[in-house]
Formats: sequence, structure tokens, C-alpha cells
Amino acid sequence: MTQGEKRKLWVGLAFISPWLAGFLVFTVFPVCASMFFSFCDYDVLTKPVWVGTLNYRDMFTDSVFWKSLYNTLYYTMFSLPLGLVIALIIAVLLNQKLHGRSLFRAVYFLPSLIPVVASAMVWLWLLNGNFGILNHMLEWFHIKGPQWITDEKWTKPSLILMSIWGCGNTMVIYLAALQDVPRALYESAEIDGAGAWVKFYHVTVPMISPVIYFNLIMGIIGSLQVFAQAYIMFGGGGPNRSVLFYVMYLYQCAFDYHQMGYASAMAWILFLIILFLTWVATRSTRQLIHYGGE
Amino acid sequence: MAFLRSRIHFHASSPRRHLFATLPALLAGLCLLSFCGCGRSIEEKTADGRIVLQYWEKWTGFEDDAMQAVVDDYNRSQKRVFVKKLTGLGEVERKLMLATAGGDPPDIAGIWPSTIPSFSEKGALTPLDKFIKEAGIHRGDYIPVFWDLCSHHGFQWALPSTPTSLALHWNKKLFREAGLDPNRPPQSLDDLEKMSERLTIVEIKRGGKLVRVRYPDLTTDEQKAKDFKLVQVGHDPQQPGWWMPMWVFWFGGNLWDGQRHITANSPEFIQTFQWLREQSEKYGVDNRRGFGASFGNFQSPQNPFFSDQIAMTLQGVWMYNFIDKYTPQMEWGAAPFPAKDPRAHPLVTIVDTDVLAIPKGAHHPREAFEFIRYVNQQGPMEKLCLGQRKFSPLLKVSDEFMKSHPNPYIKTFIELAKSPDAQYAPRLSIWGEYNDEMNVAIDRIMALSATPQQALDAVQGRLQWKLDRVLKRWDAVKDDRLKEWSDYDPR
Repeated sequence: MTQGEKRKLWVGLAFISPWLAGFLVFTVFPVCASMFFSFCDYDVLTKPVWVGTLNYRDMFTDSVFWKSLYNTLYYTMFSLPLGLVIALIIAVLLNQKLHGRSLFRAVYFLPSLIPVVASAMVWLWLLNGNFGILNHMLEWFHIKGPQWITDEKWTKPSLILMSIWGCGNTMVIYLAALQDVPRALYESAEIDGAGAWVKFYHVTVPMISPVIYFNLIMGIIGSLQVFAQAYIMFGGGGPNRSVLFYVMYLYQCAFDYHQMGYASAMAWILFLIILFLTWVATRSTRQLIHYGGE
Repeated sequence: MAFLRSRIHFHASSPRRHLFATLPALLAGLCLLSFCGCGRSIEEKTADGRIVLQYWEKWTGFEDDAMQAVVDDYNRSQKRVFVKKLTGLGEVERKLMLATAGGDPPDIAGIWPSTIPSFSEKGALTPLDKFIKEAGIHRGDYIPVFWDLCSHHGFQWALPSTPTSLALHWNKKLFREAGLDPNRPPQSLDDLEKMSERLTIVEIKRGGKLVRVRYPDLTTDEQKAKDFKLVQVGHDPQQPGWWMPMWVFWFGGNLWDGQRHITANSPEFIQTFQWLREQSEKYGVDNRRGFGASFGNFQSPQNPFFSDQIAMTLQGVWMYNFIDKYTPQMEWGAAPFPAKDPRAHPLVTIVDTDVLAIPKGAHHPREAFEFIRYVNQQGPMEKLCLGQRKFSPLLKVSDEFMKSHPNPYIKTFIELAKSPDAQYAPRLSIWGEYNDEMNVAIDRIMALSATPQQALDAVQGRLQWKLDRVLKRWDAVKDDRLKEWSDYDPR
């Protein structure tokens, strides 16, 4: 490196130093500290005591840990594919030449803009077993609606339903991708006699596959970290901990029970789970994703 | 754009460029320096040179006004210090924990006694014993349970501010409508159950028509089928559900042995949980859920007790305030909640109190204690407790206080607090987890998905394991901690 290049490097570093300082203090340091604390008995108020892998070993015998993991995977398994498919269907519909298309797009995107606390409070009323509008609508079809919030069998489906309501962000990303699909491909397909479904399956899906993949990965990460709405609506995890999600339990351990070491270990395990699932998703979809530049 | 580019694209060795690049670096440095300095805030003084004491409190509304009046009196009497109250703090304990860990706690903190075991064992509170001795304050000055609630491992960690005890509140109008004597509350738990059935009204289809019937007037088949809707209930032990594991006190049991063992699956607990389970067996799991879904917020006119949905409820001395606010026309009474064996345990209650403590690392512990001592004098304490419409934790109470107290049943609450059967949450640092675990067990038995024995065995196993862990750690540091607390010198 020449003297000039070195000088340029230092000047460059100086320019990005505000971000660098923030990154080091608020990201790198906490990440490293949490790795250290995960091997400690640490309650925030007293000095951490090194306990080796005890926190990680405890997780294997902690039934609440497994329950929270089960709840989270259950939620992810249903909310993620449902969210991806429904967002895609809405995006495709909103990509048609309709009257008032912009209005519909805005309407479907609106729920994503509502603050999470406000939407959680509204859903608490919508899902109320006695006075909720959802059960009221079910009554039109002579179906006795369940106690969505208080019956442990229905708490997870309630949250899955709510997650679909907020799929506006995913929809907008799909919509952007759909508008990038070249018209010429559809025209060629039509000349070859392709119908609507064949065009969708053989033209649209491959062309937007990188975006589907992106939404899938972001969805995995987001679903496994589900926290805010469930915490606001159910606090301690709902009836019989039926909606105690992984991150909620992590939060409880850290801030309610002062087990910061155990919570740190849980955070690292979650990181590994997300890493693994992302890797699996990447590997298994490699052949299915079509990049225009390749 | 070309103009901008020409301005930015200057020569590598330009001094202006260096200056331009140094600015962000300086900004970053300042940010970092500000973090280094945030360990301890700069000592604050008033314009007239008085030391400012930071006081964190959780109250809002008229409860906060009552404390503010006491703080104002104190500030007027002072030339050296000024108490600055930061109030309405939600999750005050979590904030206190982080502030203490960060080395910049307030001087005085309004917390609950349930925090004391955990915070004191972790060295986050200042032992007050030497201050208390100097001030000549004694246990005998207080209703004993409130003094005991502030101590742990033989040390005093706080002094009470506003206390409470719990009593049965009943709706006299609903009693009258059910044909019960409105001035005679239940005398035993069995009596309460019978009265509760009489006070329970269900909506059921008879001959194609919806009719409202009192529970005892249902046929045996109708009671068994449970094909009805609850519209009014005599007593629901899950309302408001704040002290669920502590129902065991009314069955003569306890939550632990006071030493090293959890007693979650004791015979008294099994009996308590059987009593809870019977509510679901009698009225139906889904019927109870549906009934519960119809309640509004506690602090609203839709509170089931205020809206005539529940006739009897266990509540604290504060309930008068809410009745007065939301349903002042209500005819109500308060009496000791009856025990399973009322002869052996005639005055069972749960007591609790708000307390004032000094976090470890507080800048002015001596001055902070002076304020706590002031609040614990008879005059200021009565002003505070009257303002919050509670009773005084002090044994000595003026006639004026009793005469001017608006709660017509205040003597009942005082009598309950003085009772030998006045109980409180266990002095365990894992009480939060214990309570959570018990509530999960209660969910299971109320859903009839587990027997009391199964649910409580699960709690016992998990919590004893947790307690063993905590005790192991405590045993390792116990001697050092006790010595540190004994040696604490406020000078």
C-alpha cells in the first residue's frame, strides 16, 4: 500500500467513523459480550461467574425452553407459507388492470403501517370470544366461534391469522417484482397457447423466484423472532404457555428472572437455528431460483 | 451535480479535506466519550444550592398527588436537600435494576417487598439497619407484618409507605336479589360456595325459549349437561386472579417451608387446587371462559364486580377508591374472606405494602434515609395514607385519621393486617418464576387437562430445582454478603 493509499484509507475510515463507532459499541460489543455471558451465571447486578456450558446443558432439560421452541416452530410452519402465498395472490391480483388499483394497493398495505401495540389491542377485541366481530361473522354461518384468546387450542391460530393480516410489506415487494417481469415473455407464452395458470407457473414464478426466496429468508428470520404482538396480547405466554414464543421466554429469563447468562445462551442457540434453517432454505431452493443475469 | 462533485472532489492532501474528514471522527469520538461519562450523572443542585435527591416512584393520579404533597412538605422544611420525584414509572423495578447495574441509580426508590429478596441478595440495595438504629426506629412502631416485609436475611432493606390487606367485598344488592341476608357475608369457605351457587345465574334454553335461572334451580340433568351461559357468578376465584397461588393460605398451607424447600404439592395445595378445579367441573370450562371474556378492564365501570356480574371478590383496601369512582351508588360490604377452617384461621388475609428503599450506589444514602424517616413519622404517614385512602403501617394512629378516613371498612383492613394469619408472598428471590409456574398449573387444572396432583408435582419438580440452584449460589457468597452488610458504614 502506497503512502497515498494509506492516507486515503485513514481518511475513509475517518469518514465512516460515526457509523463504525456505533457499530462497535452497539453491535460488536454486545454480540461478543453475550457470547461470554452465555458461559456465565450472570444476573446483571452481580459479576458474571464462569459456569462453562451449564446454560447450554440446562436448555436440554428445560421443558419450558422446548415448549417455547415448539410454539415458535409451529407458528413459523403455518404463518410463513400462508403469509408468502397469500401475499403473492394479493400482489398478482393487484397487478391486474383494475379500476382503483392504487386505492386497493394502499388498503392492503395499510395494516403494515399500523403500530404493533394499536393493532394488538384491536385484535384483542376482534378475537373476543363473546363480542368479537370474527365470532359474530361465524354466527352468520351457524358456527359457534371459539374463545380465541383464552382457549389454549386457539391462541396460536389467532396469532397466525393476525400475521397474515400484516402481510402488506411482503405484498409490496412481490408487486415490485411482478412489474419487472418482461411483457414479451407473456406475449411469447400466449402465442404458444399458454393459459393464465401456465403463464403464472412457467413465467411469473420463475421470474420472481429471487424475490420469493428473499421473502422466504426474511420470513424465516422474522417468524422465529416473533415477539411484540404476542407479548402485548398475552404477556406471560397465554393460557398454559400456549403462545410463549422463543424470544418471549428469552426476554422473561433475562429481565423477569434475571438469568442473563441463560438468556444469552438461548440467543446464540436461536442464531444457530436461524442460520441452519436459512442454509437449508438456500440449499433446497438453489435449483428453483432463476436469476436474470445468469 | 457537477458543481457539487467539483466541490467534493478536491486534492487528497487538501487541508479542507482533512478538516472535512476529521469532523465525523470527532463526532464519533464525542459519542464514545459521552458513553464513558454516563456511568454516573453529575451531581444536581437547586438554584439555592440544595442537594437534589432523585426519587423514583410508580404511582399516578391521586396516589401520586398524595405522595407529592408529602414531598412538598418535606422540601419546604429543608434547607439542605430537595427531593425530586420522578413518578408514574412503569416497570420501575426493571428500570431500577438497569440503573443500578449501570452505576447511576436514584437515591430513593418506591418498590414492592417482593423485589427485596432478589435485589438484596444481588447487592443492589443498601442495608438500612445502621440508619434505623441511629434514628431510633423499632419493629414495635409498626404493624409487625409490614416491618417483616421489609427485612431479609435479618437485615432491614426498606421502610413501608402505603400498605394493604385483602378482604372479601360483596354486593349487597345481589345478595338481596338472591334471597340472602345482605348484611351477612359467608362465614366459611363452604358457606361461600353455597352462597356463590345461589348468586349464580345462568341463561338456558327451556322449551325453545331462553330463560334465566339461578344455578341451584337447574335440574340435575341441566347441571350435568352444562349447556348454559353464565350471566352472573357468585364468586370466581380467578377474578381478578392476582394472587392465585396464595389461595393456599385459606386452606392453612404455605408456599415454602421458610428454609430450603418448596411446598407446592403439599396436601393443603392439593386441596386448594381441587377447590379451584371444582369451579370448572361445576360451571364448565367453556362457559367460564365465555363469562370471563365479557369482562372489561379492572379500572373501568365494566369491572365485573362493578357491573353486577360477580357478587363477591377478594380485593385490597384500594377497592373503595374504584367503587367510589366508577359505581358510587353501589351497596357493598367488606369482611374477612372466610377460610376453609374458620375456627383455626378466622382472619386470613394477604398483606403487601409499597416500600421506600435506597439502591446500592445511591449518591446520597444518608440524605435519602432522612426523607424515608420523615415519611415514616406519624403525621406525614397519615397524610400519605389518607391521601391514598389506605391505612397506616404504623401502630400508632390518630383518632383524626380514623374519623376522617372515607373507607367505611378501614377498621376491618387494619384488623386483618394485625392478624396472626396475615400472610405474604414468600421471601424468595425466585418468587416471580414460582408465581408464573403456579399460574401455568392453574391454567391446566382449570382447563381440566391435569389433576391437581399432576399439575403441582410439575411445579414442585421445576421450582425445587431452581431454588436449589439459587441457594447453591447464595451459599457460596453468603458469608461475604452478610459481612459486607454488617460492615456497611453510611459515613
